[in-house]
Amino acid sequence: MSSIAVSTTINGDDVEFLCRADETLLDVLRNRLGLLGAKEGCGTGDCGACSTIVDGRVVCSCLVLGAEAEGRTIETIEGMANGSELHPLQAKFIEHAALQCGICTPGFLIAAKALLDVNPEPTEEEIRYWLAGNLCRCTGYDKIVRAVQDAALEMRGERA
Amino acid sequence: MSFDAAFQNQNFKSVGTRPLRPDGVDKVTGRARYGADFNMPGQLVARVLRSPHAHARIVAIDTARAAAVKGVKAVITAADLPDLSNGDKALFNILDNCMARTKAMYDGHAVAAVAAIDEKAAKQAMKLIDVEYEVLPHVVDVDAATEPDAPILNDAVFTTGIDPAPTTASNVANRSEFGHGDVEAGFADADVIVERSYRTEQTHQGYIEPHACVASCNPDGTADLWVCTQGHFVFRQNCADLLGLEVSKLRVTSSEIGGGFGGKTHVWAEPVALALSRKAGRPVKLVMSRDEVFRASGPTSATSIDVKIGATKDGKITAATATLRYSNGPYADIWAELGAMTSFACYDLKNVKTVGFEVLVNRPKVAAYRAPSAPMAAFAVESAIDELAQKIGMDALDLRIRNAASEGTRSSYGPVYGPIGIGPTLEAAQAHPHMTAPLGTNQGRGMACGFWFNFGGQTCTDLNVNADGTVTLAVGTVDVGGSRASLSLVAAEELGIDYQDVKAVVADTGTLGYNDMTDGSRGTFSSSMATISAARNAIAVMRQRAALTWDIPVEDVYWEDGHAKAAGAKYGNLAPLSVKEIAAESGNTGGPIAGHSELVADGAGVSFATHICDVEVDPETGATSVIRYTVIQDAGKAVHPAYVEGQYQGGAAQGIGWALNEEYIYGEDGRLQNPGFLDYRIPVCSDLPMIDTQILEIPNPNHPYGVRGVGETSIVPPLAAIANAVSNAVGVRMSHIPMSPPRILAALSRQKGE
Repeated sequence: MSSIAVSTTINGDDVEFLCRADETLLDVLRNRLGLLGAKEGCGTGDCGACSTIVDGRVVCSCLVLGAEAEGRTIETIEGMANGSELHPLQAKFIEHAALQCGICTPGFLIAAKALLDVNPEPTEEEIRYWLAGNLCRCTGYDKIVRAVQDAALEMRGERA
Repeated sequence: MSFDAAFQNQNFKSVGTRPLRPDGVDKVTGRARYGADFNMPGQLVARVLRSPHAHARIVAIDTARAAAVKGVKAVITAADLPDLSNGDKALFNILDNCMARTKAMYDGHAVAAVAAIDEKAAKQAMKLIDVEYEVLPHVVDVDAATEPDAPILNDAVFTTGIDPAPTTASNVANRSEFGHGDVEAGFADADVIVERSYRTEQTHQGYIEPHACVASCNPDGTADLWVCTQGHFVFRQNCADLLGLEVSKLRVTSSEIGGGFGGKTHVWAEPVALALSRKAGRPVKLVMSRDEVFRASGPTSATSIDVKIGATKDGKITAATATLRYSNGPYADIWAELGAMTSFACYDLKNVKTVGFEVLVNRPKVAAYRAPSAPMAAFAVESAIDELAQKIGMDALDLRIRNAASEGTRSSYGPVYGPIGIGPTLEAAQAHPHMTAPLGTNQGRGMACGFWFNFGGQTCTDLNVNADGTVTLAVGTVDVGGSRASLSLVAAEELGIDYQDVKAVVADTGTLGYNDMTDGSRGTFSSSMATISAARNAIAVMRQRAALTWDIPVEDVYWEDGHAKAAGAKYGNLAPLSVKEIAAESGNTGGPIAGHSELVADGAGVSFATHICDVEVDPETGATSVIRYTVIQDAGKAVHPAYVEGQYQGGAAQGIGWALNEEYIYGEDGRLQNPGFLDYRIPVCSDLPMIDTQILEIPNPNHPYGVRGVGETSIVPPLAAIANAVSNAVGVRMSHIPMSPPRILAALSRQKGE
């Protein structure tokens, strides 16, 4: 099978890669680009552990073909912190103990960032429905919701 | 130095605080490496071929065409995993489950495996493995499997635990019995008796990370295994036994683990990956798909339980019995036995008897799932207790308080309790504002209690004091939910140093002595005990070093607030020496400073919880929403309260899923119909409310800080608490879990006589 050459932007960097036509974006990120932060929990778009942002929209990267990355702008968990400075969501997840095993955490952070990008002041219900595509089996979501609320508060500058 | 594990009341400085976890940054930046995040040079991709039949004799397997596919480096069958079990039945069952030998026992049972240079070649080879099956009659239902005409799974299984020993094979592998007193006499004394039958369906632990490993069998006879596991030392033993390796030749490293809940205490794919690597002569990566996780890694038991409880009019229980049938999958285990032990553990009963039957069915081998077997038994018993209260006309909480076990009670499974938390959790529930909050239309409130034994086990820990005075703590219990933070707190507490100066790591099997798995809620309980012991041993070394420095007898040096201090007025001018100061001089005073600990952590304090739940049931659709939930549980001592709360909340959420949605659905053909997260629906964020927690601390007398395990008990009460809430909301007693919308609608129809 011949490979497809793809040019894309990942976390602000120009990236080129070759992939087969049947490879998913998740396969490419993990197996070709060494970006292991997105996880495969199901491979069928049900768990959200592979969430990435493509052109501003949260997607399950297991449901996107690698070739579809051509010309797009992709954000992954590896690009969320600004150097050694954590994104407020990342810091709040640690502070609120919003992770236990942590396998779902990259997906939740990506999805939560996409939420706060479009809705800086979400209600609890909005947070819960926005994050309903991300499965967590450890926490019962309580501390995750609180961490997102607190990060939103901080990002709005309403609390130091 | 002998270690005194007895509880010593003290004011804590570090323990009980909520610092940031040491693995937090790795986990929020995507840097933490889980089972599938590790690679080796020249690594091959493995795929496992699985039986499409629930029960079938394997007549022949021809791998020649598969092996000829370009890029395929190894194809294996059971013949490549020869039986080295030497009469060890448990080991043979593990082997047979990893790779079917003469019969496929369930849909998804592994029959062959391939290692190839890429996914494409592996998949192509899978299609070219020719397996000739003789399909056999199957049985997947726990009750149907006990019928006289049921297909027999294993001709060599004769029910044990009954006298005289039977002479015909049976799907009932074992009968176990617990209890004391005279239940017949007790029922004769009862004014009111409730007798009911209950069913619960099979659920999966549902960890988000599928099983994954990288295995490398090396030409020199050594081997390495990188794997997501709850117990890398146990995996090492199992894999070494199955592959005929010396234990020291196999080094197992536990990756970060993406959830386990008991499901990662069993080897499934690891021996297969090692056998593939051995045959191919190259490292092999094996990652299960989600479909394989559901079909072929261990779910919990489906159950069928009969309960009978009698009481006097004033609410004293006079007798209680339970008969529990638990599905085991194809291999006999102790799941019904655990159910029989836990059923009535919350209560002080004069007459009690429980009987458990292990039932073999053509479903995947059952694995531990968080307080394994207890939630189903609690569902049955706590439902019957609620009904009993209604019949007597007594408040269900008062009835439980009236009959609650306490210190000195002989438990229904044998031992006499020490100080325990069932009474205090019930009293806390009674005082909780949740119990008196108003309810709306179609809403109901329920509550229930739960118990779990907790476990201690073999534990080994190294504590190294570095030259700069910081401490590296090497533990052998896998961190499933924040235990590196709690163990760092314990080391800091004992040494009298800052939490920030301790770095805890999970050591691999090549660098630390044997540790039992992280199961039985033992991670923080046992490793904190070993950490305290190791820290005390390190303190003994540091006292010696201070004595040497000061040139005084070591008996005159004591340890306080992180410093060696000279005792007595005669040493008044000797300034205390800090850990940092002692460590800085270690090269001149005898070399590296360390404390080690090897112990069996006996005395895991039993654990109790009471949960309160409000639900709203839509009478049109039968859909149930949990609108308020409160967990009250005894932690003994909460080392890192945020992660204790997390355990309470997580267990409750899993229980909510079990109670309302989750179940394995099999077709007539014995095949699993919902092996994915779309059709096996676990709770999502929008399904749940905030889950309130209340931590009680009744010190465990057998731990220096009073710690009890906290991980499992939280999944025990929810099934019953929600069933009681739903029953109160709709006015119909729900006796079948999960209470999915169709089951609730059917119950409502029956009530209306439709």
